[in-house]
Amino acid sequence: MAQSTVTPKSMTLGESGSALAFAALALLSIVVAAKAYTPEYAFHAYLFAAASAAAVFAIINRYYDRPAELPPLTVDGKPNYNFGPVKFATVAALFWGIAGFTIGLWAALELAFPVLNFDLPWISFGRIRPLHTSAVIFAFGGNVLIATSFYVVQRTSRARLVGDIAPWFVVLGYNFFIVIAGTGYLLGITQSKEYAEPEWYADLWLTVVWVVYFLVYLGTIMRRTEPHIYVANWFYLAFILTIAVLHLGNNAAIPVSLFSPKSYIVWSGVQDAMVQWWYGHNAVGFFLTAGFLAIMYYFIPKRADRPVYSYRLSIIHFWALIFLYIWAGPHHLHYTALPDWTQTLGMTFSVMLWMPSWGGMINGLMTLSGAWDKLRTDPVLRMMVVSVAFYGMSTFEGPLMSVKAVNSLSHYTDWTIGHVHSGALGWVGYISFGAIYCMVPWLWNRERLYSLKLVNWHFWISTIGIVLYITAMWVSGILQGLMWRAYTSLGFLEYSFIETVEAMHPFYMIRALGGALFLAGALLMVWNVWRTVNPGTVAAGRPAMAPAE
Amino acid sequence: MSLWTKHQILEKNSIVLVIGILLVIAIGGLVEIAPLFYLKSTIEKVGGVRPYTPLELVGRNIYVREGCYNCHSQMIRPLRDEVERYGHYSLAAESMYDRPFQWGSKRTGPDLARVGGKYSDDWHRDHLRAPKSVVPGSIMPSYPWLEATEIDYTHVDDDMRVQAALGVPYTAEMIAAANADLRTQATTDAPDAEALVKRYPRAQVRDFDGHPQRISEADALIAYLQMLGTQVDFKLYDNKANIR
Repeated sequence: MAQSTVTPKSMTLGESGSALAFAALALLSIVVAAKAYTPEYAFHAYLFAAASAAAVFAIINRYYDRPAELPPLTVDGKPNYNFGPVKFATVAALFWGIAGFTIGLWAALELAFPVLNFDLPWISFGRIRPLHTSAVIFAFGGNVLIATSFYVVQRTSRARLVGDIAPWFVVLGYNFFIVIAGTGYLLGITQSKEYAEPEWYADLWLTVVWVVYFLVYLGTIMRRTEPHIYVANWFYLAFILTIAVLHLGNNAAIPVSLFSPKSYIVWSGVQDAMVQWWYGHNAVGFFLTAGFLAIMYYFIPKRADRPVYSYRLSIIHFWALIFLYIWAGPHHLHYTALPDWTQTLGMTFSVMLWMPSWGGMINGLMTLSGAWDKLRTDPVLRMMVVSVAFYGMSTFEGPLMSVKAVNSLSHYTDWTIGHVHSGALGWVGYISFGAIYCMVPWLWNRERLYSLKLVNWHFWISTIGIVLYITAMWVSGILQGLMWRAYTSLGFLEYSFIETVEAMHPFYMIRALGGALFLAGALLMVWNVWRTVNPGTVAAGRPAMAPAE
Repeated sequence: MSLWTKHQILEKNSIVLVIGILLVIAIGGLVEIAPLFYLKSTIEKVGGVRPYTPLELVGRNIYVREGCYNCHSQMIRPLRDEVERYGHYSLAAESMYDRPFQWGSKRTGPDLARVGGKYSDDWHRDHLRAPKSVVPGSIMPSYPWLEATEIDYTHVDDDMRVQAALGVPYTAEMIAAANADLRTQATTDAPDAEALVKRYPRAQVRDFDGHPQRISEADALIAYLQMLGTQVDFKLYDNKANIR
């Protein structure tokens, strides 16, 4: 009988276990929704219920559609890579990128023209500023990191991603976290810790997702058929592990009730401030730096077709970077009520951090040795190289601003915003765009991008945008800092606070223009990616033209 | 065997690499954070700092909800211009019951650490309703919904109970009286005002938003703003006693 050769189809432990877990979560969410203290929280509980029910349905449906055997680990001796979740996260990154840049532009315009707050709670500046920062850092950046890490770990380990349901749980679960976090800010659900605004239940959910992410990632490394763990994976591992530690430390909170979105953090006052900036600065150090350095270590050598410049430099700068970064948090608290010894430690390590940062920059840039000519012809590579240059610039500016004397001027002003954006738009943005431009043709088996010319336009439009943005913020920040401390010849403060606010207006307009250009460039990228994936959408229906021979 | 070849142990064993990373990233945080919990010099000894009244606590949660910290700091640095502009520099003790802290990181608007008592309740109400009506150059959003929304304070004792469990000195008496205290504080000439002030010294008791018949979010927020930075009497504060 034919049946004897076919293994009987049965649910894997992962399928049945996760379906049961989601069913339980759906039930719990309905109970919470019914007894919620606030309608906003009930709305989130219903979202949890709907998503859990959808997950149960999707798992069962997938089970009935799939063949009895799970996909093999290798096909004809070659690894059978699992790129489905990578594709999803790549598209999600594009979506959230546009969303995050647009909200950022809106927030910038609100500062220039406050009437745009429209007297509505949901879009007032205090609520959409965290929406912007979370959308660009965690939604855009996070999806880029998940997509590239799942791609790179498979390629460099020559092994299929571990798990069947798990990788999908990571990408879908992470994006669900983004939805909960973002809608929460608009509805006024926030714990107000910068870059860690989501409330306790969103934090718990992210913890589960993150643990699975780590296990899938580590499991795939363990499955590798290469003897060495490639350098990019060290950085991804440091990013995943440290973010887990930071997330748990900074979000240690006790909810008021299971039925309340509100929680109170276990730390208070000065200790809370220190924990927050230990978290906050290392969200920069490990999310926005270590993770994206991993991207640099895979995609730049790949695109330039050159080996990494120095293996030894990568070892030194990896360990030095992750060791030193953790200390740098107190530079966000100079001259505050944080003890002086902590501030001084933070400043000292921030200045030292300059060295491993530039070690990474040198290793990235010098990888182009012998391939510099490609910058002329390949705008994707140019984007990534300029990204590393921005990395070098902002990691010089950072230590400078961490010096207490400089910080006394720069702190609380737009200079900080400018500094963040030279790193965020220049470094994180460009290395992400470069990686997406590389990865999309590889993932969808296209020979090349739809248009390199469009990449070129993207590059120049957004570069002008970045330059406008950061120079406007430098000028406004230093101007405002100087105005605050200006004295008249009689020894009185020269300017009232509101005069310093009014002086910012032209720079807020220039900044918004810069942001608009950056967004315009990103829209070109989306169009380019769309046409790369769907090359026939416009030509379809028309007969192909025959070449004139 | 050189050090470079020894590094291969980490490159070839994922678990060793994971442990190595965890050890290396643990050090900085431990050194900087752990001592803050046991070094006595971290928080000055100073009289006057008390936990928030129920109304102030609700107001503070509205401050958090609206994201005020995105534009307003609550941390005056010991720099000449800041002390002259805003008042005595902030002490760590002044935020020791703050969960979370609201020191902020940006001053798109002015520092609020000592805004209490600087403006009248009417000014605050008008300013929240339409900032430009009192500060023509302001770029702050309007918050007209605050005075239009009555607060739901039925669960405020839950909030206090959690804080008490975390070490904020709320007594059982304070928690039991939470709802009554909240109503009392928002009422001008309230009969129970004395008992409230006994529990929460120097608490300000009156109708804050100009609508005596209801307790709105503006009542709570203004009550919070009016107490900011007013707890420590700096005429009595001896800075030298706290040299650290």
